[in-house]
Amino acid sequence: MAELTYRDAVARGIAQEMARDPDVVFLGEDVAKAGGVFKATVGLYEQFGPLRVRDTPISEQAILGAAMGAAMTGLKPIAEIMFSDFLAVCFDYIANEFPKSRYMTNGQTKCPLVVRTGNGAGSRFGAQHSQSVENWCMMIPGLKVVAPSNPADVVGLLAAAVRDPDPVIFFEHKSLYPTKGEVPDGEIVDTLGTAKILRPGKDATILALALMVPRALAAAERLASEHGIDCEVIDVRSLVPLDTQTILGSVAKTHHCFSVEENPRLCGWGAEIMSIIADEAFYELDGPLVRITTPHIPLPAADLLEDAILPTVDRIVDRVRRTLKA
Amino acid sequence: MSNQARNPVIAGPNDDIGEETRLALYRTQVVIREAEQRAFDLFLQNLVKGTSHLSLGQEAIAAGFAVAMQPGDLSFCTYRGHAHTLARGVPVEQVLGELMQRDNGLMRGKGGSMHLTSEQHGVMGSYAIIGAHLPIACGAAWRAQYRGDKDVSVCFFGDGTTNIGAFHEALNFAAVWKLPVVFVCENNLYMEYTPIGDVTAVPHPAADRAAAYGLPRILIDGNDADAVYRAAMLAYEKARAGKGPSLIECLTYRHSGHSRADPAKYRPEGELERWKERDPIKVYRERLKQFGISDDAVSAIDAEVRRIVDEATETCKAAPDPSMDILTTDVYADGGFAWRN
Repeated sequence: MAELTYRDAVARGIAQEMARDPDVVFLGEDVAKAGGVFKATVGLYEQFGPLRVRDTPISEQAILGAAMGAAMTGLKPIAEIMFSDFLAVCFDYIANEFPKSRYMTNGQTKCPLVVRTGNGAGSRFGAQHSQSVENWCMMIPGLKVVAPSNPADVVGLLAAAVRDPDPVIFFEHKSLYPTKGEVPDGEIVDTLGTAKILRPGKDATILALALMVPRALAAAERLASEHGIDCEVIDVRSLVPLDTQTILGSVAKTHHCFSVEENPRLCGWGAEIMSIIADEAFYELDGPLVRITTPHIPLPAADLLEDAILPTVDRIVDRVRRTLKA
Repeated sequence: MSNQARNPVIAGPNDDIGEETRLALYRTQVVIREAEQRAFDLFLQNLVKGTSHLSLGQEAIAAGFAVAMQPGDLSFCTYRGHAHTLARGVPVEQVLGELMQRDNGLMRGKGGSMHLTSEQHGVMGSYAIIGAHLPIACGAAWRAQYRGDKDVSVCFFGDGTTNIGAFHEALNFAAVWKLPVVFVCENNLYMEYTPIGDVTAVPHPAADRAAAYGLPRILIDGNDADAVYRAAMLAYEKARAGKGPSLIECLTYRHSGHSRADPAKYRPEGELERWKERDPIKVYRERLKQFGISDDAVSAIDAEVRRIVDEATETCKAAPDPSMDILTTDVYADGGFAWRN
C-alpha cells in the first residue's frame, strides 16, 4: 500500500496496462516528452519509448480518428484530450464514429479504445476550460463513461477501461489531480459499471461523482455531527454502464435521494438516475428527489464567482437538512 | 511485388501493365457500372430506399486503386462507397441487398447505402461525415507502422472533403508520422451542388495543397484506369517502403447528381456530354482494342457481369426484410445494448 496522488495514479494505471499488453499505445498533445500539461503522464515516454508514447500536433480530430483506426485494426489505444471542453472540436468521433460503427456494420467493426480527458472546474480557467461534460457522453448509445474520484479508482477503472472491448470516455477531474489516497500494491483491475457505497447511512442517499464525492462525504459528516442525519454516500463512478441496483437498493433503505452534480442542470446525469428511481422505486420514497447541480450558466473565471456556482458542502448540507425537515 | 511479377502476361513492348491486369481493370469497372446503374433503376422502382450516391462515371478510380492493392490492404470510403466496396470483390448481391434494405445485405439493413463495410474484404467502412475517415485511415496505418505490417491504408474522398478541417489534420499527421497511407481525392468538379472551384482558394483542391504537407503534387486523369493503376502502384510502393503518405488528385466527373435526390440541373449545358466522350469504360474498351484484346473477350466480360447483376437483383428481390432479432444487437461488444443493471 502506497500513498499516491490522483495524477500519479493516472501514470501508474497507464504503465500497468502498457507493461502487460504491447498492443496498448498512448497518444496526445504534450503527453510524451513533456509528461502531460497536468503532469499526469510523467515517465511513460522514458519507460515505454517513442513508438508507444507519442506526442501529436494540436489536432484533436486526428488524435481521436487515429485512435479509432488503430483500435479497429488491433491495437488498444489510449488517447488524451487535454481538456474535456475540447471534446467539442472532435465530437464527431465521440458521437458518430466510435459508438455507432459496431452497430452500423452489424458487429463487424470493433473499437476498443480509451479517451482520457481533464474534466471539471476549480482551476479558475473560465468557461471553456472548466466544464464538466460527462453528460455530453452519457447520452450516446455505444459509449461507456467513467469518472473516478480517488487514486485507487483511477488505477483500477483505467485498467478496466483499457481492457474493455468498447470505447470508454474516462473523465479525470482536474481539481483532484493533487489529492492523495492509498493505493494497494501490485496489479489493480476494477469493474466498470459498479458504484461504491463509501459511507453507509440510513436517513438519505447522496449520489456523487468525481470532485463532488469528497464534498458529499464532508457534507455527510457534518449532517451527522451537527444535525443527526445519517446519510449514505454513493460514488457512482461509472455512468455507463450504470449500477442502478446499488442505487435502488440504497433508496429502498433510506427513502430519500439527492444527487450532487457538477455538470450544468439541464440533462445532467442525475436527471437520468432520478427518473429511474421515480419509475422503479417511487413507492419507496418519503420525499422529493432532489438534484444539487451547477446552474444552467457558463462557468465564470474569478474564484469567488466559480466557487459560488459549484455545489459546495454548505449547499449540500443545507438542501438535505431542509428537505428532510420539511 | 513488382508489376512484372504480378502480371506475367505482357501484351506489348511498352506495356507495364499486362493483359491479365488490364482485364481485371476492365471487369471491375463494368461491375461497378452495371451495379450502380441497377441501383438507380431499382430506386426508380422504389426498391432501393433511403439515399444513395452513385459513382457512375468515376469507375476507373475505384478499379485502378483496388486492382493495384494486395490482399490485406485496407480501403476507407465515403458515403459514395458502392464502387470501392464492389472493387474489393464484395459480392454484388450483398451490396444491392443492403441498398434494398434486405436481410441478405452486407450489414443486414443496419447500415444502409452510406455505410457499406466488409472487413473480410478489407473494406473498413464507408463514412458519411465528411472528412471523418481520413484520420481513421491514419490510425490503421499507424498500427501497420507500429507492428511492422506491410499493408497500406487507402482513403478515398471527394473534392469537397479538402475544405474540412479533418483533411488538414490528417494530412499533416500522416506526413509527420510518415504513415503508410494513401489519400485519394476524386475530384468530380462539384462538392455537392456547388462547383468546387467556387468555394476553393486553389484550382486543384488536393494537388495544389500537397506542398503544405511536404508531399509531391500528383494530379492524374481519373478516367483512365491505367493512369490510376500506375499512380496507385507507385504510392503503395512508397508506403510499403516506409517513405510515408501520398496525396493523389484524380480528375473525373459524376454522370448523375450528388445523390438520388439531385437531378444535377446546375451543370452547364454540354458539360455532361463532353465528359461522356471520356467515359472511363468507353476509354478502356478502346485501350483493350489497342492492346489486341478481342471484342469477344470484352463481350464475354460484359455478359458475365450482366448475368451476375441480374441474378443478384432477383436474389435481393426475393430476400426477406431485415430480421427484428438484430434491432438491439451489437451496440456493445457483448452483443447487446444493456447500459445498466
